[in-house]
Amino acid sequence: MSADNGPLIIGFLCNWCSYAGADMAGTSRIAYPANIRIIRVPCSGRVDPLLIVKCFEEGADAVLVAGCHPGDCHYNEGNYYSRRRFALLRALLDFMGIEKERFQVKWVSASEGKRFAKIITEFTEDMTKLGARKAS
Amino acid sequence: MSRIGVFVCHCGTNIGGVVNVPEVVEAARHMPLVAYADENKYTCSEVGQASIRDAIREQRLDRVVIASCSPRMHENTFRRTVAAAGLNPYLLEISNIREHCSWVHSDSKDATAKAIDLVSMAVAKVARHESLFPKQVGLTKRALIIGGGITGIQAALDIASAGHEVVLVEKEPSIGGRMSQLDKTFPTLDCSACILTPKMVDVAQHPNITLLTYSEVKEVRGFVGNFEVDILKKAKMVDYVKCTGCGTCWQACPERIPSEFDMGLGSRPAIYIPFAQAVPNKPVIDIANCRYEKYLKWKETEEGPEPPQCRICEGVCPTEAIDRSQKDEIITEKFGAVVVTTGFKTFDHSVYGEYGGGRYPDVISSLELERLMSAAGPTGGEVLRPSDGSHPKNVVFIQCVGSRDDKVGRPYCSKVCCMYTAKHAIMLREHDSEVQCYVFYIDVRAGGKDFEEFARRAQDETGALYLRGRVSQIYQEGKNLKVMGEDSLIGRPVEIEADLVVLATGMEPSDNADLIAQKLNISYNTYNFLIEAHPKLRPVETQTDGIFVAGTCVGPRDIPDCVAHGGAAAAKVVALLSQDSLTTDPLTSIIDPMKCVGCFACKEVCPFNAIEEQITRDKRTIASINESLCKGCGLCIVACRPGAINLRGFTSQQLLSEVLTLVRG
Repeated sequence: MSADNGPLIIGFLCNWCSYAGADMAGTSRIAYPANIRIIRVPCSGRVDPLLIVKCFEEGADAVLVAGCHPGDCHYNEGNYYSRRRFALLRALLDFMGIEKERFQVKWVSASEGKRFAKIITEFTEDMTKLGARKAS
Repeated sequence: MSRIGVFVCHCGTNIGGVVNVPEVVEAARHMPLVAYADENKYTCSEVGQASIRDAIREQRLDRVVIASCSPRMHENTFRRTVAAAGLNPYLLEISNIREHCSWVHSDSKDATAKAIDLVSMAVAKVARHESLFPKQVGLTKRALIIGGGITGIQAALDIASAGHEVVLVEKEPSIGGRMSQLDKTFPTLDCSACILTPKMVDVAQHPNITLLTYSEVKEVRGFVGNFEVDILKKAKMVDYVKCTGCGTCWQACPERIPSEFDMGLGSRPAIYIPFAQAVPNKPVIDIANCRYEKYLKWKETEEGPEPPQCRICEGVCPTEAIDRSQKDEIITEKFGAVVVTTGFKTFDHSVYGEYGGGRYPDVISSLELERLMSAAGPTGGEVLRPSDGSHPKNVVFIQCVGSRDDKVGRPYCSKVCCMYTAKHAIMLREHDSEVQCYVFYIDVRAGGKDFEEFARRAQDETGALYLRGRVSQIYQEGKNLKVMGEDSLIGRPVEIEADLVVLATGMEPSDNADLIAQKLNISYNTYNFLIEAHPKLRPVETQTDGIFVAGTCVGPRDIPDCVAHGGAAAAKVVALLSQDSLTTDPLTSIIDPMKCVGCFACKEVCPFNAIEEQITRDKRTIASINESLCKGCGLCIVACRPGAINLRGFTSQQLLSEVLTLVRG
């Protein structure tokens, strides 16, 4: 996506809660900016932190990982692992020269279409303000 | 070289009204490996599906991308479509350009650009799809039911009547559960035992049911269709083949112990059946309380004074059925499905200091009143005060004890208390026409068939005085109890001198419900109620295939709901066991044996115990996936340090290709 269209955000959404939550935003026709590109994964715990780093390396402006609320994981405990892994990754991003605001981990349930739209809207606004990534 | 076909759906105007579909199709034609691209008005219609099947054959397509609604909607539909044209159903990828695009973006240019991106990501991913084949595994056509209350009884009878073998495990010496403790049932005032005991007898006599009382589930291994369960059979010390259940022994036993069945209001001997209509109607020896067993224990150490030897039961038994050589025994059985019906216990009201904290003998729980009213109870059905055996005339009921109360960590409604209190008010009046009942309540919740009429009957016909408000304190004054409360409808404090106070204690899961859940690898909530797979649409299934839950172990419910729930679980089990083999989802993890170093970091994170040890031909111990257990969450992949694990359908290469397609364009 070219710079004049705003930031490119890659979203990894777990199939059971957050992807369904994004579907819910759709069925409820809750509009949000068109900057997000969603990749479906079975569980937020499937997302390798290295893949997030790869996204940034390749020039993505921002990355979102969204999963079931803690305690609600379809696989019982997957999001507990992602919560820990990504807390660590976020702490390392600054070190890599990437503003940690560019990486968000959110919990969105299958019924929270409104919440999903709000998260994307705010994230897009924040990333627009932050501007494009500096070449590293 | 792949030949990918891309089909973009208008979905009427749902997609086509915002996204410029012809532009997406044109863009798709220029994507790598795309041999054919077309659009459809409604792809999911028979016409739309036929056009895909035709294109696959005519254009010799070997992979398909359908850009339409969410894959959660029609992925399975379209898998069948491509399969009908001879393709492997897993060589399909859905691009969600409706829920995630046209329905949430109004700007046609942005939405079209996004749709093209989404399609190109799907094209990149589908190129890396592989043919997958579901596996068939055999199954054991037997069901295990844990808990012999009314729910478990119903489930057992239904499964057994459908022709499958059932093993019913109950930890107490008799089946029957909580329902057997009740005197009458609301709203019909049926005698509980009269409707329950015939069912209990049916269980004992059913040729397909094996009853294991005084037994517990110790260990569960395996997966749907193929569970292996260790069951602990506690020593009964009575040979059930010889025993006729004549009752000579339990009448002769000199020991008296507070009866669990009578909530401690009555007593039982050490060799006992819990209640007269117990099934099986044969006794067990309570080893902890048997005089001779105590003597045997003393003899091991000879510490302290020598207890008397008893052995009276052995002397009186006409069939020589007492068998002291019995030991606890663990048996291993195979099952295809498990139903958990472990039931409930009542809330322990002693945490309520304001109600006496269990200090006042005349402040009793509703289940204790139930035993006092029962003709088979400790008082022979006469309602007598525990303190002095007098007939209570002023009876105060307090609702929501251990329900709807955050203060004691029980914010949920126990659902049955309003109704059983109405029943108690009606029945107390039947026992003694001079009784005046007072009911302190928050709301009267009487949602159910004939429930509201019944609750009204308690107020209108029996003159029970319903006072909306909580009780702040109860204290003993002389022989009676002073109940200090509030009638919030008139906004005044109320003071009642009561002979008896009955606390409507709520439901909570039986002890160790959490431990059983852990053994079965199913979820439970903060109160230890078991969690169903979906609260509305899958009420008796769990997240672990082949394990079902029913009755009050899932949440508070009344008897008809439990019977329906048990029957529902039975229907699911029967559907499962009626198959000759089970099909496993092929979207599982796979391990590259050449890369695996055998560190088993994967095993640590796997929520489903799907990682097993395997020894290779060159004697290395490596991990392997049990595909029947793997649910395809992918947790192991991230944990795998050498990168030996991948997830079919969501491989690392596929996720990377989606990212790269997006950022590199």
